[in-house]
Amino acid sequence: MKQTVSKGILLILAMGAYTTSWAQAGSGGNGFGSVLTYSLIAIAVLIFFFLIIQVSNNLLAIEAKQLGIDEDSGEVGTGNDGFLGRLFKPKKPAFLDEDTPVTYLRRGHDIALEGEAELKLDESVQAMTFAVQPTNFLGISPIPKMVVEEGAEVKAGDHLFFDKNRPEMKWVAPVSGEVIAIERGAKRAITAVTILADKEQQYRELSAFDLDNSNRDQLVEYLLDAGAWTLFRQRPFNVVADYNEVPRDIYISTFDTAPLAPNLDFIVEGQEAAFQKGLDVLAKLTSGSVYLGLNAGGDTAPAKAFTEARGVKQRWFHGKHPAGNVGVQIHHTKPISLSAKVWTLGVQEVLTLGKIFTEQRYNAERVVALTGAELKKPLYVKTKVGAKIEDLLKDNLANDHVRFISGDVLSGKRKELNGFLDFYDDQITVVEEGDDYALFGWLLPSFNTPSISTTFPSALVPDMKFKAETNTHGERRAFVVTGNYESVLPMDLYPQELMKSILIGDFEKMEGLGLPELVEEDVALCEFVCVSKQPVQQILRQGLDTMREQA
Amino acid sequence: MKNALLKALKQIEPDKEKSPLLHTVYDGFFTFAFTPNFTTKDGVHIRDGMDLKRQMVHVVLALQVLYLFGTYNIGHQHFVALGEYTGFLQGVHLKLIYGLIKIIPIFVVTHVVGLGIEFYYAYKKGHGIEEGFLVSGALIPLIMPPDIPLWILAVSVAFAVWIGKEAFGGTGMNILNIALLARVFVFFAYPTYISGDEVWIAGIEKAAEGGYFGQAYGAVYGFFDNIFASLGLATFGAGGSAVVDGYTGATPLAIASKEGWDAVTQTYTTGQMLWGTIPGSIGESSKPLIIVGALFLIITKIADWKIMVSMVFGAAVMALLLNAWGATEFMEVPWYYQFYMGSFLFAMAFMATDPVTASSTATGKWIYGFLIGFVGMIVRVLNPAYPEGWMLAILFMNVFAPLIDHYVLQANINRRAKRIKATMKSETPDAPAPATAPAQA
Repeated sequence: MKQTVSKGILLILAMGAYTTSWAQAGSGGNGFGSVLTYSLIAIAVLIFFFLIIQVSNNLLAIEAKQLGIDEDSGEVGTGNDGFLGRLFKPKKPAFLDEDTPVTYLRRGHDIALEGEAELKLDESVQAMTFAVQPTNFLGISPIPKMVVEEGAEVKAGDHLFFDKNRPEMKWVAPVSGEVIAIERGAKRAITAVTILADKEQQYRELSAFDLDNSNRDQLVEYLLDAGAWTLFRQRPFNVVADYNEVPRDIYISTFDTAPLAPNLDFIVEGQEAAFQKGLDVLAKLTSGSVYLGLNAGGDTAPAKAFTEARGVKQRWFHGKHPAGNVGVQIHHTKPISLSAKVWTLGVQEVLTLGKIFTEQRYNAERVVALTGAELKKPLYVKTKVGAKIEDLLKDNLANDHVRFISGDVLSGKRKELNGFLDFYDDQITVVEEGDDYALFGWLLPSFNTPSISTTFPSALVPDMKFKAETNTHGERRAFVVTGNYESVLPMDLYPQELMKSILIGDFEKMEGLGLPELVEEDVALCEFVCVSKQPVQQILRQGLDTMREQA
Repeated sequence: MKNALLKALKQIEPDKEKSPLLHTVYDGFFTFAFTPNFTTKDGVHIRDGMDLKRQMVHVVLALQVLYLFGTYNIGHQHFVALGEYTGFLQGVHLKLIYGLIKIIPIFVVTHVVGLGIEFYYAYKKGHGIEEGFLVSGALIPLIMPPDIPLWILAVSVAFAVWIGKEAFGGTGMNILNIALLARVFVFFAYPTYISGDEVWIAGIEKAAEGGYFGQAYGAVYGFFDNIFASLGLATFGAGGSAVVDGYTGATPLAIASKEGWDAVTQTYTTGQMLWGTIPGSIGESSKPLIIVGALFLIITKIADWKIMVSMVFGAAVMALLLNAWGATEFMEVPWYYQFYMGSFLFAMAFMATDPVTASSTATGKWIYGFLIGFVGMIVRVLNPAYPEGWMLAILFMNVFAPLIDHYVLQANINRRAKRIKATMKSETPDAPAPATAPAQA
């Protein structure tokens, strides 16, 4: 470092001397000596650049050593980050001790929206109707085989249907009650199996399982019967995990950085035992390790359930959205490829898994954050998987010209008021529909539009919260602007080039550029910032689908 | 107000089936006035407020100061050549009107031709009118000599938009920068019309015996003369007078390429060159104003600073090398004075940073910008015919940008493959990783 500085000073001095000598010599002084001087200076300039590159490389290597990570495994650096950015990295939070490695992700963007849920669990809100929606699960046959019929009485944990291609894969009822409808969509695909819940919940009691004295096959069989298999999602492709495969590793992100995302520290409170049990089960399922991604960016330490988890590898991440996405965290620990498969779970899925062993029943309980500026009181409710949105939002809507989203505003699914919460979601967002015209929208500085662009005056107000609506703010165009996608995706990836390779169907390039490492939620922010209003998530899924067919 | 206007506009909407061309044009203007009421479908539910119109309009905004200065400078150079009102702020009204009379036809012809072709293709292909020409149309007048014959301008704009853009599929698909393509067409197709020194100053003609004369003022000027006379101000008069003795109108670069820096300083002061009160293309002479525009683009993140910075580096390195070589007078111009002359800054701020034709990867942008600076300086100094290189260097690198990107992507692909291989290897036994659990809590 010192060396570079001194070289730099030398160079500046040399340049200064050179310019003054020029002024003195005038245009006439061009003897052999001056030619030599100038070429030496030119060479010095080149050496200087070379040195800068060398030193920055070395700094990266040193940092990699400090992190205790093999450089060749490429765990450091996101490629496009210069070493300057690494010099200015944020201060390590007080709750971490000095030698805990933290991965700092500089790129990304937090969309600050109004309507964050208050950290309070409202017990009075209770859903009556629940649904299991086969459309929530990727990689299964669209028409599953029903085990129950309309009108049947089921207990929570009873089998509802199974996958036609893989009959061992069973879906179970989240609640006890009456199956009131089996809804079908296009081509007779089942879209939802709806259950009207009983007042008094009954559970199918599972046999106790001795985790310590049984092998992996027995565990898999037990979990398949319990209906727990759908909790695991497999990457690449984000499909329901294949029970014939042993995942390389299992990843769990313990924080969510998406707009208005629920606070998982709050949700896991008081359920530490179930969470730990879930982790113990997961450790038996993988040949590698269970990784926990923890948030180093908060003001306070994450919940004890996460920081004191046993039998797992912890990885700390600091950064804006999508730092909390499990895909980004995997990228910064060990990348996925077509042959290296990993499983991922959400925190609440781990809780359900743990409770199968602590309570001997399939407990589909979910704490769901009701968020969005169009709600009178954004808060948390305790319900079950697949709850009806109308039941949860009753009397809480401030506006009726709104859109209901299961999930967050970036990667959630659009729902009608009588729709149901999706299986893997723990958040409902309500935003205003923006089907209105804006006069000179392309020119006027609008204050209430979230944007990464500094052409909006809100860029000057760092803590500004927006009341977003669903207008596209422009028409769809071809790709023009470059570098925007990269600026919000903290991965060593070129998303725009990847999208182009998907659109032209270049398989080799798709795989080479890292398509297997991505799922929709990872590129959602790219779609948000897209100046050309391209449907980035849709393109990505198209690429993933074609790649899955090929594989 | 807004609703009334919206209603009025909706009432005159032509039928899409019956008159598709009219509807295309209507749609173009309607989306100009109102951002449409489209809402997000699948995918993200909220979108960034930035769209392509806004992006492009901010480039046009950054060019406005150059338009103001360029217009005035046309008039200023004209009168300086005639030896009248040689002070910069003398005869302001005459210079301004003179500049406007020159620039308005150029601006109008550029847009009528360019937008005409855009509208036609939008109608033919059945998509909305795209805003790509907003920026090209604003750039083209600024890089033309003030006395460009309008028919040449029309032909070159048509060539650029037709062959350069529409043939490749429209906005966002072009390989070469549209504005530069128009300029290079003029340069190669009509060299006799725009060569020589007198083209950089409006309204000067070469007389048979070799001297220069100012052109006679036409009827439009007569109209303004009446107004000025009634206000008691100075008037244009008849024109046709001889140019000041010894005045050539050569640009600093033209002088430097033949006689070196000393000769340049005898004609122009460095202050003149810096502020841009010199002959040249309409909008590229004033360095501080271009820098203001460039900073505006950098702060609003419309243009990429990486390209600008690396281009300055590339040009400086090459200029230093040429200084060291020192074989001709031009090579010996001190490297930092190279930035005072010609259109380097304009090309850097507005031409090289065009996102469609530049490299798309961050690493690629560093290489792309550096090579433009490097090659451009070679063309400027070593080219015997035409002492300016940025236009050619940028078009040259436009062609190579996809190649640069290809190698950057290939490096990324290799890096990823290597990483995956490394993690596969370290899988068994488990790679040494930081200690887990208790110690960290």
